[in-house]
This record gives sequence, C-alpha cells and structure tokens, in this order.
Amino acid sequence: MSIDPSEDRSVSTLPEGLWTQPVPSVPVDLGDDPVQRQVVPASMRYDYSPGLATSRFLRGLAEKRILGERCPETGEVYVPPRGVSPVSGLRTTEQVEVGPKATITSFCVVHIGFGVNAPPTPFVSALFLPDGAAVSLYGTMGEIAHDEVRIGMRVEPVWVDDADLTTSMENIRYWRPIDEPDVPAEQLKGHM
Amino acid sequence: MAGNRVAVVGVGQTKYAAVRGDVSLPGLLREAVFRALDDAHLTMADIDAIVVGKAPDFFEGMMMPETYLAEALGAVGKPLFRVHTAGSVGGSTAIVAASHVQSGVHDRVLTIAWQQQSVSEAMWALSFPIPFQQQLVAGAGGYFAPFIREYIRRSNAPDEIGILVALKDRLNALKNPYAHLHEPDITFDSIRESFMLWEPIRYSETCPGSDGAIALVLASEDAAEASAASSGVPPAWIHGTAMRSEPATASGRDQVNPDAGKECAADVYAQAGITDPRRQVDVVEMYVPFSWYEPMWLENLGFAPEGEGWRLTEDGTTQMTGDLPVNCSGGVLSTNPIGASGMIRFGEAALQVRGQAGDHQIDGARVAVGHAYGGAAQFYAMWVVGSEKP
Repeated sequence: MSIDPSEDRSVSTLPEGLWTQPVPSVPVDLGDDPVQRQVVPASMRYDYSPGLATSRFLRGLAEKRILGERCPETGEVYVPPRGVSPVSGLRTTEQVEVGPKATITSFCVVHIGFGVNAPPTPFVSALFLPDGAAVSLYGTMGEIAHDEVRIGMRVEPVWVDDADLTTSMENIRYWRPIDEPDVPAEQLKGHM
Repeated sequence: MAGNRVAVVGVGQTKYAAVRGDVSLPGLLREAVFRALDDAHLTMADIDAIVVGKAPDFFEGMMMPETYLAEALGAVGKPLFRVHTAGSVGGSTAIVAASHVQSGVHDRVLTIAWQQQSVSEAMWALSFPIPFQQQLVAGAGGYFAPFIREYIRRSNAPDEIGILVALKDRLNALKNPYAHLHEPDITFDSIRESFMLWEPIRYSETCPGSDGAIALVLASEDAAEASAASSGVPPAWIHGTAMRSEPATASGRDQVNPDAGKECAADVYAQAGITDPRRQVDVVEMYVPFSWYEPMWLENLGFAPEGEGWRLTEDGTTQMTGDLPVNCSGGVLSTNPIGASGMIRFGEAALQVRGQAGDHQIDGARVAVGHAYGGAAQFYAMWVVGSEKP
C-alpha cells in the first residue's frame, strides 16, 4: 500500500535537527545487518456515532451556532456538551446558544505546528470562553500579530464559507479580535 | 495508612534513550524486571502477581500489549493487571500494586511501567485531527503552555525560573547513568537561547521522548525483611499512597493549581503523619515535563504558599545542595518514557530512602515523596516512602 505524502500527518514543522527521527543511541552488534526497525503505514476508517448532545452541538455548528447545554444544578453552560454536567453528574437537557463573541482566557505562541490543520508558525493557540459558557474552547488566533495577543482579549469566530459548512468543529477557521475592552484576568479564573 | 505494611525491595531501570534499537519491547521490559528481581534477591518464581501500566495504546499503535507480553513478564499462570491513567499511570500502577500487598492477598508483587516513544509520535497522537472534537494543533506543550503563562501572570515570577529548573535537572541527570539526556555542556545561556517552542516554553525546558522501562518489587513486611536480610539493602517502607482525579473540563476548575493535586497531597501527607511537608520531607521526585511545573507543583503539593513556589527554585532550595532537593535523578525533563515516567519518580524516591541512588543520593534521606500527574492535569498519584517502618 502506498501513502500520499500530503496525507502524512506525522510531519511536524520542527527546525532541522530538533526531534528528527532518532537513531539508536545504545551500541548494537547484531552481526550481518539484520532488520531492526521498519516503518509500517497504517490507516483506519471508521463510522462515528457522536451521541445526542454532541449531535445537537455539531448540527448547530453547521448553522454557525455554538450550542452549549446547561447544568440543571449549577446553571452553568458547558460547551461542547457531553449530555451530562461534569460537576453535578446530572443530565443536561436545556440547550443554550453561546457566543459567538468570546474572551481569551489564556494562550501560547506556537513555533512548531502538528497535524494537517496547524497554521503557519508562529501562531497563537488559545483558550476561548464563549459569552454565556462556563468553559473554554481550543482554537487559533488570526488577523493579529502573535505578540499582540492578551489574556482577556475579546474575539469572534471566523467561519468557513457557507458552502463549506459541515457538522464539524473545523467550521471555525480561527478567531479574530474585536473592538471591545478586555475582560479582567481575575474574572476568568476557573473558566479556562 | 490502611492495610498491611508494604515496602519496595527491588528497583530495576533500563538505560533510557531516544531509541533502544538493541532490544525488542519484551527485551526492554525484561531488562528492567531482572534488575529489580536481582536487587530484591528474588526470582520470577517468587512473584505472586504482576501489575503493569503504560500510556494510552494509541501512543504506540499497539492494542493491549500486556496480553502478548505475559510470557516475557513471567505472568503465565499468575494474576496480571493493567492500570490506565494517562501520564500519571506509572504512579497509579505502583499504588495499585502496593494495594495487592496491603490487602493481604499477595506477598510479593512485581510492577512494571514502560513506553517506547521511538515507535510512534506521542505529540502527533495528541494533535490528531478528529472533525467532531476540538483539535489541539500544538501537542502537549501547546496544551500546558497557556496554564504556565497564567501561572507567571499570577505569581509575577521572573522569566529565568524556567531556565533554572531546566539547568538543575539536566545537570542532575549527569549523575544518573540511566538518564536519557546527558548534556555536560548545557548552560543557563544555552537554555535561554534554545528554540522557543510554545512560548513561554523553550526547547531545553521541555522533556525528551524516551524509550525505557522500570520495574519495582513490592513486598509484605515478612517478605521485605527476608529480602533485605538476603540483599543487605534496606527496604523503602510505604507510608502513604493517594490518587485523585477531576474532570478535564469543569467550571471552577483551576488548571494552574488543581484541587485534585492539593487533595492528593493532603491525603498522602495525612497517612504519613506529615504536617509540614517543607520541613519533614527530605527529597522529592515530582513530575515536571516542562520546567515551569516545578514551581507550580511546589505550590500545589504544599511545599510553598500559592504564588511563592518559584522562590524555592530561585534561591536554590530545590538543588541537590538545598534543603528540599527536587528531581535529583534529572526528572522527566531528562528522561520521558511517558508510561514509565510516574513510576520512575516513585522508584527514585524509594532509591533515596534505601541509600541506593548513587551519585545523585541525598545523604541521610529518610522521607521521600514520589509524584505523578497525567491527562489534562487531571490525574494525580503520590506516595511517601521512608527508611523507617510506618
């Protein structure tokens, strides 16, 4: 079986010499050059059944809506919803649209990207707390220099073109700043 | 601590390296197992049960390896048990093994933890694009760096703290022949100038990916005394064990100073009769995969008040010459076979109180703490070992 190099998702954007595939560092004497290692391409196709809560969430994304679900005990809204509250253990039934505006709760500047969806480096990987939600979503920042991103910065999602909308988290291409005052960092504790 | 007394009587480690191409996986495990059995003056026939742990199967692409490894581990016809708690698994596995002795079910339990990072790419495994999940496009460092940034913001710690931790651990590793990274030329400046990976984490402030395994032999009181009489090496008595976990995402959760870590530490100290860990603990092996986790865990485990952990790094307290040495072995920053890394912390703590840590021994260490964490900083495992019986 052959693999398409463009599909090789193991390739990272490390500088030359950093974490390249290592060579054996313990001396080996196995005689007439026997096989020690071989690379075996592997692939897996599967059908995924996301469950009721995640299905509702993913269908919302196809309409550019971020749907969370409320914990019946604490009243807080979890996104993506799992169908149960991680705090009370109770079933969540009430769907609540959150965002699309959000606040950066923390971030890092990434100089090595992994996977097919990683943007060119350096980029900002951040935690985004959608308005009305109790926990943050992972994503990347765009339309801003990496050294201008701040904790507390107000942002909004940038969606893929309508024709490309699917039931996927990948509908959000990235997040970008909006012209609103920062949220004080102390208000964000416990919501990363 | 509840249950019968239990002690570590054997510790066996492989040489850790980026690639152990000289051995197969069974061979790697047997290297650790036989060293542990030799240390305990026991053979495989003396072992009643085997408890194993490794990081998630998709890290290496091999499902349930414990089944095919049963023969290599000497487990045929014996109970074989596997533990799963992500990166903390090495610690959790040792605790589960200890419980088999504390309960009185077994007298001698062999426990093994391992990882072959060379046969896969863990960071890729953590960044896999799954359309229906949030994708982390930056590996483990990209996950933890935002919490480090928040720690620095809250504590106002100077940038050099992370560099000081990395320098200490990499220099300590030079005293540990099993450590993966031996970098005799490393300096403060070379770390500061190393490539920025996930700002604020630099390349030299990051753990390597390692192949390796560690095995421990745990024994009941009578069995431990018999082993010690034969080997001439004192046991490391277990004074407390604790595990805690919390949900990955929950409102109110503080990943900078997680409640599960605080509660795990409080529980294990209470069992061990420790009321002032800063004074009563002689040496600590804590799970520090990125340099800044030393000050963060110093606070989380009660060695320093919140916001002050970095001062113990800055003033040299955590150096081997300080009064609370941390990671004399070189730590996870110098050796990281993920599934084994927690048990290496637990095993190194045992070596210290047995006086067997070689060039990285703290003279007279009597009470040592081993610590591991895993997942989204959501799984915790700790034990306290001592040179005296509890």
